[in-house]
Amino acid sequence: MNVDVGQPIAAEPAPERNPDGRAIGDVMLAVENVSLAFGGVKAISDVSFDIRKGEVRAIIGPNGAGKTSMLNVINGFYHPQGGTITFKGTRRHDMRPYIAASQGISRTFQNLALFKGMSTLDNIMAGRALKMRRGLMWQALRWGPALNEEIRNREAVEKIIDFLEIQHIRKAPVGKLPYGLQKRVELGRALAMEPDLLLLDEPMAGMNLEEKKDMSRYILTVNDLLGTTIALIEHDMGVVMDISDRVVVLEYGRKIADGTPDEVQRDQRVIDAYLGISH
Amino acid sequence: MLYREAGQFKTTYSADMAIFPIRQDRIALYALLVFVFIGVPLLARFQIWPLGSDYMLRAILIPFLILSLAAIGVNILIGYCGQISLGSGAFMAIGAYSAYKFGTGIHIPLAWFGTEISIAPLPLIVSILLGGLMSAVVGILFGVPSLRIKGLYLAVATLAAQFFFDWVFLRVQWFTNYAPSGSVNAPELSIFGYLINSPIERYVLCLTFVTVFALIAKNLVRGNIGRQWMAIRDMDIAAELMGIRPLYAKLTAFAVSSFIVGVAGALWAFVYLGSWEPLAFNIDRSLQLLFMVIIGGLGSILGSFLGAAFILILPIMLDQIPHALGIPVGVETVSHLVFVVTGSLICYLLIVEPHGFARLWSITKERLRLWPYPY
Amino acid sequence: MVVFGQFLEVLIGGLLAGVLYSLVALGFVLIFKASGVFNFAQGAMVLVAGLALVRSLDFMVARGVPTWAAIVLGLLFAATVMAITAALVQRLVLGPLVNQDGLSLFMATIGITFILEGAGQMIFGSDVYPLSLFPTDAWFMFENAFPGGILVNKLDVWGGLIAGALVAGLAVFFQRTKTGRALRAVADDHAAAESVGIPITWIWFVVWLVAGLVALVAATVWGTKLGVQFSITFLALKALPVLIIGGFTSVPGAIVGGLIVGAGEKLAEAFLGQHIGGGIEYWFAYVLALAVLLVRPQGLFGERLIERI
Repeated sequence: MNVDVGQPIAAEPAPERNPDGRAIGDVMLAVENVSLAFGGVKAISDVSFDIRKGEVRAIIGPNGAGKTSMLNVINGFYHPQGGTITFKGTRRHDMRPYIAASQGISRTFQNLALFKGMSTLDNIMAGRALKMRRGLMWQALRWGPALNEEIRNREAVEKIIDFLEIQHIRKAPVGKLPYGLQKRVELGRALAMEPDLLLLDEPMAGMNLEEKKDMSRYILTVNDLLGTTIALIEHDMGVVMDISDRVVVLEYGRKIADGTPDEVQRDQRVIDAYLGISH
Repeated sequence: MLYREAGQFKTTYSADMAIFPIRQDRIALYALLVFVFIGVPLLARFQIWPLGSDYMLRAILIPFLILSLAAIGVNILIGYCGQISLGSGAFMAIGAYSAYKFGTGIHIPLAWFGTEISIAPLPLIVSILLGGLMSAVVGILFGVPSLRIKGLYLAVATLAAQFFFDWVFLRVQWFTNYAPSGSVNAPELSIFGYLINSPIERYVLCLTFVTVFALIAKNLVRGNIGRQWMAIRDMDIAAELMGIRPLYAKLTAFAVSSFIVGVAGALWAFVYLGSWEPLAFNIDRSLQLLFMVIIGGLGSILGSFLGAAFILILPIMLDQIPHALGIPVGVETVSHLVFVVTGSLICYLLIVEPHGFARLWSITKERLRLWPYPY
Repeated sequence: MVVFGQFLEVLIGGLLAGVLYSLVALGFVLIFKASGVFNFAQGAMVLVAGLALVRSLDFMVARGVPTWAAIVLGLLFAATVMAITAALVQRLVLGPLVNQDGLSLFMATIGITFILEGAGQMIFGSDVYPLSLFPTDAWFMFENAFPGGILVNKLDVWGGLIAGALVAGLAVFFQRTKTGRALRAVADDHAAAESVGIPITWIWFVVWLVAGLVALVAATVWGTKLGVQFSITFLALKALPVLIIGGFTSVPGAIVGGLIVGAGEKLAEAFLGQHIGGGIEYWFAYVLALAVLLVRPQGLFGERLIERI
């Protein structure tokens, strides 16, 4: 995980996609028979799938299919009524947000969840909270070890800022940035955690073609060079088919298909779900 | 042309992370520190305008400093961590009465165990800091509900602290050393045998406390813990998913805030009031501190000073200006006018500039930096 | 028997006093339900309504207007003052602050509180003004069952009747009138309500007006009990624990919460106070509310919200 995020990747164009060349390894996260309900409303029923180390895994489905709820279960914000989640070999009934974060799951959000009153720099620095261990007394003095720690982490954050090409808004309050830049800052904040598993909830929603290209490039670069496993929800089928290794399809809280983009694309139930044909 | 940063290149991150990255600002700060630490006492010593009489030190500068300190504490909790508190007065009281008990000696008879706890009177500075510590402990206790309850609900929890401690210090006579009137006198202020008596000495004592704690507060809010506080304030759910523990962030905010407010309470009682009753720390004090923070600027250390100055000066202005204009205004009308003006200003600032005077100040500086060009 | 008689007397007194808290809490609930604003100024509104009523009443009675006419005109005048207040608050403060977070709105209502308190006293005066719209003597009941009987304050009974009538009236208003239904729609989702053509600023004005009228009703009872004076604003603070206990969004909750707080603090004062120094009425309600918060943060009648991200 200590790969240098800095100059080399930012300078080069995104490398050509070559799935065989990458090391897609063992199962990193397995969701088994997860069910989630709010009151009487079932959001997820009996869904199982896995995410392998190093892959780009897409979760797709019509609106209200339970995709975001699934991410919320994975990083511990919702607690499912049934099923288990196995992450890095540890099986749990549910996650806790803090444990999920400290074990290397980070996240971006469908409706931006940036810290609006803070600058870009502080937002991304906040992503490194887990990496900073000096106590209150040291921080109060801001001297010696505390200052060194602050500078070390600032260096790491500056590399992310360079990579995402957001140097010019480093000190701007994020609340006033345009939407596309906010999405980038949010990705930066998630990357600052140096996650093993990165969950992206509609990273390209509301973007124009140019911005989508940029975002796809960032996602693939992170996946290729850092080996970060990525699970993303996306509505743009073109993007999903291009960048993901495997796709899981949800509809009304159930899994209706799971496989490579090609397989999923040909699946009759998926086609029906998207075209709205009743069974 | 004087206020320019052109040519000042930052070559290290520590230079970029300084409180005042622009050289002119640093020079201004040093000049200010020299003036307040050396200039003001000298002016007061030789009774030169505007410090010709004690009034300026005694009735304006000392309360300004102490309330600024309290406002910094409140700002950490409300402005930085987003946890509203209507009970700041109670935490000032806890600081004041704890410091009083430590300063006059503690005696707890434990008849059941056939023993007793006795602590001899402690030195002034130690008492004041322990007062802050007690306030921090109680602050943590009342902060615990903040993990389950949010926003306005928390306001009621802090009101509970306010009314409960009002009552405790009024009715539990142990805290007042069984003073028959319920009013207590501060122990004499001595540091290493040196007696602090004159307004100038009191002023320097307060100024030292305020400077040290303002620096500590500034260091905290621009470091890791400060970012955690602000993250909890801005979007607590996202913060939790980034690995920020709400428990730790909120309780440290309560602890640091209450500590500073408690120290301010002890100073208020010992240095400014000298003798006091629980009334000095009632709900009105809490609201006053809240107003200082809103008017000065939520989430700004500088704003705490500006807000305190404004709230202190407003009643004086409203009293003096009509007098100077020859308009007779009753004392009661002035106090009602203070209510109306403060309330209106709060509403106005919340609508127009939620970051208060501090933001107006930084906008002015930005304009000055670009002057005479608009961009 | 003596202890039980005393208990009963304190309980009844407490319950009826609690109704008065409910009267203030009702105003809070109305505004919170319709606009999500936690209105710290409700107590100040009670003060302003009371001052407007009592001062106009005194003014007219001193000039020989018959009492019944003076009362009617005084109530009308006070209602007009509350309408003007509602319009100003809506136009000058809440209108520009729409879509701000709850905390800013709450702080804005603290600002409004100060404006109302200052302006109200500047205009109408700042003494204690006695108001006597209701009888204030007491009944003695069950004199055969308990030695000395049980003392019940007539004013408290009046308060209970008025609160009951008010709740019934509000229920009819919310369920049966067009404005009432629009109010409930706005409470659910103001953007959606606006998109189907409900005039939202008008609705918010109506809410503040209704809350102002509730404050006026509360002022008639409280003013008779204590005299109209500045300390009446502290009622608002007593209504906060009532709301916590009952839940911010529930009209029945405001009533039940008021009863619990009223009975609880009187009983605690009577049976606990003597052991720990007295005066615990001062904080009992808040500590009770704190306990409720820890066990059931949404209050007894409030709805639990599902958080989304």
